[in-house]
Amino acid sequence: MIDVDVAVIGGGVVGCAVARELAGRQTDGRPVAVALVEARGDVGDVTSKANTAILHTGFDAAPGSLESTMVSRGYDLLSAYAGDTGIPVEATGALLVAWTEEELSTLPALRDKAARNGYADAVPVNSAYDHVPALGPGALGGLLIPGESIICPWTTTLAYATDALARGARLLLNHRVTSADVGADATVLSTTGGDVRTRWVVNAAGLGSDRVDAMFGHRRFTVVPRRGELLVFDKLARASVPRIVLPVPSAKGKGVLVSPTIFGNVMLGPTSEDLADRHDTSTSAEGYAFLLAKGGVIMPGLMAEEVTASYAGLRAATEHADYVVDVDPAQRYVVLGGIRSTGLTASMALAERACDLIEGSGHRLDLRPDVPAPPRMPNLGEAFPRPYERVDLIEHDPDYGTIVCFCERVTRGEIRDALRSPIPPVDLDGLRRRTRAVMGRCQGFACGAEVDALLRGEGA
Amino acid sequence: MTSHRDVLRPAVAVVGGGPAGLAAATALRQLGIGPVLVLERQRAAGGVPRTSGHIGYGVRDLRRVMTGPQYAERIVQQARDWGSDVRTGAMATHWAGDRALLVTSPAGRLLVEAEAVVLATGARERSRSARMIPGDRPSGVLTTGLLQDLVHGRHERAGGLIGLRAVVVGAELVSWSAVLTLREAGCATVAMTTLHERPESYAAFSVPGRTMLRVPVVRRTRVTRIVGKERVEAVEFTHEGTGQKVMIECDTVVFTGDWIPDNELARMRGLDLDPGSLSPVVDTALRTSAEGVFAAGNLLHPVDTADVAALDGRHAAAQVASWLGGATRPADAVLVRAGAGFAWVAPGVIRPGDPAPPRGRLLLWPTGHRAVPRVSVRQGGRLLARRVLPWPASPGRVFRVPWSLVSAVRPGDGDVIIGLD
Repeated sequence: MIDVDVAVIGGGVVGCAVARELAGRQTDGRPVAVALVEARGDVGDVTSKANTAILHTGFDAAPGSLESTMVSRGYDLLSAYAGDTGIPVEATGALLVAWTEEELSTLPALRDKAARNGYADAVPVNSAYDHVPALGPGALGGLLIPGESIICPWTTTLAYATDALARGARLLLNHRVTSADVGADATVLSTTGGDVRTRWVVNAAGLGSDRVDAMFGHRRFTVVPRRGELLVFDKLARASVPRIVLPVPSAKGKGVLVSPTIFGNVMLGPTSEDLADRHDTSTSAEGYAFLLAKGGVIMPGLMAEEVTASYAGLRAATEHADYVVDVDPAQRYVVLGGIRSTGLTASMALAERACDLIEGSGHRLDLRPDVPAPPRMPNLGEAFPRPYERVDLIEHDPDYGTIVCFCERVTRGEIRDALRSPIPPVDLDGLRRRTRAVMGRCQGFACGAEVDALLRGEGA
Repeated sequence: MTSHRDVLRPAVAVVGGGPAGLAAATALRQLGIGPVLVLERQRAAGGVPRTSGHIGYGVRDLRRVMTGPQYAERIVQQARDWGSDVRTGAMATHWAGDRALLVTSPAGRLLVEAEAVVLATGARERSRSARMIPGDRPSGVLTTGLLQDLVHGRHERAGGLIGLRAVVVGAELVSWSAVLTLREAGCATVAMTTLHERPESYAAFSVPGRTMLRVPVVRRTRVTRIVGKERVEAVEFTHEGTGQKVMIECDTVVFTGDWIPDNELARMRGLDLDPGSLSPVVDTALRTSAEGVFAAGNLLHPVDTADVAALDGRHAAAQVASWLGGATRPADAVLVRAGAGFAWVAPGVIRPGDPAPPRGRLLLWPTGHRAVPRVSVRQGGRLLARRVLPWPASPGRVFRVPWSLVSAVRPGDGDVIIGLD
């Protein structure tokens, strides 16, 4: 039986960050043995793969909330880590646009709120059009948030997981936890991949976090999956969206935004709809119609562009406004629940917090002096040189000069590297998240067969 | 960072090694123009015919009938025999000047500085996403292009991407081609759907389609949802008239037709585009709005047959040669626009003094079916010509209008509008 010090349940962005942090700790000079227990065949394959991909400053969080603290701290930690590992980040900044007099009147309050969240750089602007010329008519003013950035959510999750593995953590894929048996010294998790014996358990199970919480006898929250549908527009639209365009948040939620993506596209969304089904990531005709109507107001010109992709993600919302983060020392159990779309930004801060909670319960977690250097991740970002345009790389290896996926300019070399990486893809979707292959405007019309052959090891 | 390793300076750079690009290259060489560089991003040149197994290629250009792969091989050989440098795995990714391109290839990152550029980048079918079909996102959703690559490119039923029961969206010529390819891969087509009242394709194709292939064609119907978590399980059809919804079980969906030109380079260069086709606007000499940049093939008319694309290429070659020889384009220009019953027309500019368009035809895309189409040509409100043409107008199939119908066009009298009465 697998026997570890800490089992982290859930290989999403938060769970991977926690596993990485724990694997960088030691108790009495011995590295903490960590298992990352994931139900699916890949990390980041559920909620973490389908979000709005924004590195938030936390300017509009509820001041004083845990979410505010975690997002603010996580922003700094992840920004630094992105620099170390090559996770693509672009500091595009965001423009919050007021479309009504009422919205315009709330901007000063939003600026104050930002300051109370520790973000003092918000700048009121008279003409929103100076900052985003392609906005539709009727924008009355705005608030510029220079720190809001776009980031690759897939690379972030993979970097954490790769780093965790390099630090000695074990990745247990296809291990869905079905029950937990808490004993005096250890807990045995029954999973679909066999039992895991562990001293501590960290619940980062996202959409399943309330069910895992119940396995430990708690009834603290219920996950209500909130579906967000998004449309991704063609790269040719990217030039007209220099920064993230945010609506003024209302009682109904954060609303629909238009954002450049790190891959050079433009994203419109999300919708917001509470569901009963925790697996329903389908898109809907109503969702499309809603987004097209919203988009037509925010940026009419965008609606003339081709749609490259559409997808839906489920946010693990709960009945609580804030994250549910707590420790149960008697059962050696930490819960990280109700982590919604801000979890990407907050992930490293949540990992620190989980360690603090375990330490606070008397289990020492000192920093290891001997952690390996963080991994250098392949660059999927458009703002940085990609292999296909790098004379030096192609010179040494013609596979980087062989573009396989034309829309996204993914080379044979990058696909080969992904297949040989520490956490290789198990399917086309996994390869897409590691390389961008087949995610472009033709959706495989020109390269699908070739990519499929490479994925199955048949590439010539 | 250096942007490139080597510099190539051909007389003409042809982007796209399909029928149009290769025909242009061959014709340029035959006219004594050189060097000619053909950039093909796929691992082999030949274009769409390369993986299109059925017969019927080469009729109009090579005056013989062959299969797609035979045709592709022949036009590549021809271009090479005439001395064109046909590079495969070579993709033009950026413009580096008016007629200069940056190219990624296994041989390195190249700067190509040409005297003239011919864009022959072809067209693709819109994906399920671009058509905004909601529902789940399982595997088993294809386009005809991907289907044919899977079956004829390398391996049948590849990776389980092709299942056993398919729904084919569309009933155009290309849709029947998809049905044949599916059958070859051991996958039955359980239904075809079309928005139109009657199937769009050639009678010659839909008759064997209806009898031999026994595929039911569901008319006036839209696919409104795809169902299935990992793999396609069913699609939902909605009738356009009644709104009635029907679920059909299947494990494969092929989206056919609904073409869009591969116009990325054209847009990056800022060329004028036709709002209907999104193709670069050209005159009858196949000049785009940028000097020395020409376009040919299905990039201009998404899509017509391979032989017509090739004849475009041949036509463009003569005009490129003339431009390289110092000829300038006539100053006067009359814009041609699609009127009632059509989505687009190509070429979109007529210049007095220019040659007739390729094959002496204007190409238009019908929006509906008309068994006996009466075409009228107007300029500035004045009727220039009206004629009943002896071939039907069908959606999904290019409609050809003889050049003689616009012979009375005069510069300065306003735009020309070609429509159906």
